[in-house]
Amino acid sequence: MHELARADLKVGGFVLALGGLALWQATAIPVSPLYGQVGPKAVPYGVAAVLLALGAGLVAQALRGGWSHTLEEVQDAPPTNWRALALLGAGLLANIALIGPLGFSLAASVQFVLVAAAFGSRRLGRDAVLALVLTLAVWFGFVMLLGVNIGAGLLEGGILRLLGQELP
Amino acid sequence: MSAFEGLALGFGHALTLGNLGWALLGCFLGTAVGVLPGIGPALTIALLLPITFQVEATGAFILFCGIFYGAMYGGSTTSILLNTPGESGSIITALEGAKMARNGRAGPALATAAIGSFVAGTIGTLGISFLGPVVVDFALKLGPAEYFSLMVLCFVTVSAVLGGSALRGLTSLAFGLLLGLVGIDLQTGQPRMTFGIPELLDGVNVVLVAVALFAVGETLYLAWRHHEGAAVVRPVGSILMSRSDWKRSWKPWLRGSFLGFPFGVMPAGGTEMPTMLSYYAERRLVAPEHAAEFGTTGAIEGVAGPEAANNAAAAGILVPMLTLGLPTSATAAIMLSAFQSYGINPGPLLFEQQSALVWTLIASLYVANIMLVVLNLPLVGLWARILKVPQPQLYAGILVFATIGTYGISNSVVDLVLLYGIGVVAMFMRRFDFPTAPVVIGMILGPMAEQAMRQALTISQGDWTTFVTRPGSAVLLVVAVAALVGPRVWGAWRGRAA
Repeated sequence: MHELARADLKVGGFVLALGGLALWQATAIPVSPLYGQVGPKAVPYGVAAVLLALGAGLVAQALRGGWSHTLEEVQDAPPTNWRALALLGAGLLANIALIGPLGFSLAASVQFVLVAAAFGSRRLGRDAVLALVLTLAVWFGFVMLLGVNIGAGLLEGGILRLLGQELP
Repeated sequence: MSAFEGLALGFGHALTLGNLGWALLGCFLGTAVGVLPGIGPALTIALLLPITFQVEATGAFILFCGIFYGAMYGGSTTSILLNTPGESGSIITALEGAKMARNGRAGPALATAAIGSFVAGTIGTLGISFLGPVVVDFALKLGPAEYFSLMVLCFVTVSAVLGGSALRGLTSLAFGLLLGLVGIDLQTGQPRMTFGIPELLDGVNVVLVAVALFAVGETLYLAWRHHEGAAVVRPVGSILMSRSDWKRSWKPWLRGSFLGFPFGVMPAGGTEMPTMLSYYAERRLVAPEHAAEFGTTGAIEGVAGPEAANNAAAAGILVPMLTLGLPTSATAAIMLSAFQSYGINPGPLLFEQQSALVWTLIASLYVANIMLVVLNLPLVGLWARILKVPQPQLYAGILVFATIGTYGISNSVVDLVLLYGIGVVAMFMRRFDFPTAPVVIGMILGPMAEQAMRQALTISQGDWTTFVTRPGSAVLLVVAVAALVGPRVWGAWRGRAA
């Protein structure tokens, strides 16, 4: 079996698994005590069945050679850039790990520097300064103008205290 | 209310200083995100949804529509100067536009795109003004059964008719429907698809999904395939169109507009098909002395027609959105969720209950069109400079916005994990050619379709045949089935005949 078709087969398998997951969750819905012509379970069962059918269709298509080999973008694609993916992944994970303890601006700045490095930036110092300015501007913009409720982290809290304002 | 009364009312509200300001801000933001590769109107509006808690509905929707129209204008700039179309509707524009730019005619290409967009946008907006009330009269006669069937038709056309493969389109749609099911069932209060995680009881947030699909997935995919080397931005030069450019452009503008608008209005709202048809039409109708320019030095007709078709189709998408509450593009789906966050239900009653809002919005579309042509032609140098934002900082910046847009929903790290998880799925969807718009449409329209279905079944006392015994509903379902299997039967029949 061709390598591209094997990748397509995995996709079909994933959709089947998703359908299975949906089916399992549909059976777990408690039966409603309220009277209704159609309960809360009908549509979840329907969606699960559709996903299973589509997954089976994709598997069948993959077994007949798949569809990836017909995609122009796949044929012309450069090889996987593991370095870029790893740096980008590290940026996302750093954001998840740091946003709680440090707050938005610092966590998102670390992410910014790592993502920029993933896409080939080599001036980390300049990126870091840019990141801090951008994330702080975005934080103040979203909190003050859009009224989004994002707790002040270390950096935001410090700046608000310098400005003599109460923490939101 | 007739279209003329409505427009008189609408312009009265639209021409106030505040609403003009919202329109200008929307046009400016929209053009900028249209120009920038990697962000589009759906993502921008999703990130700005919190504004619905701060600003009254009219202002917010004028802003959103300005972004929607502006992104169409901006998209052509990227196609022409960078030869990388930002969204599906401007792929065709890149064909001839980038060739014109390579031959030093970027200026006239940008000008014919902008003026063509203006012509098409105006014709499209006229279409909304006069067609909207007609569709509303028709829609008021629809019961829940017909509504459900109409939504089924919409599901089929957005996922199975457009795009590369019906199987993959429907899979995207089913994924969206599944995401829409997560949370508490509104009618019985039972938790569904929550895996026992309390954070999921409120459902999956649409902003989170839009950001995951359009920002995180796209960035991950680009990193996966990243290779060093900057793209070439072509210089703009003079934007003046010669007498011959005008002569060659005006007919394609009109043809593109009249071709694009009906495609947008039909629930098959897509911009790929009309732009492609317009391109082939222009290629065939071009004067013989210019025919050789197609595919070589770049023919201005091949920019003027598809660009007009793109904008007219985009305007047409607003007709089913405003009159029926049916979103047929990802951007329209996000706008629909903005309506919901105001507690407004788009649909036929919108024109009656919120007539001032609707007509102000429509009047603002005329205003936005004029603003956009003014913003785009003289400021084209500024937009070209935006294209030079280096890739590393651009994508790093997009993820900063993605983070704040998602984390701001509930300050929960669970949301970020979900964001990145769906982002990884979106990356693979991009690689394996699964369309992303049906996910958003399925997620937003799915719960509405379920509600209509259950209402219809309550009325019919549980009789499922209600969907085929009511004539309107039956016709819509037949059309949906025909749209699903018709192309295959046609292909098989032609295969046998050949």
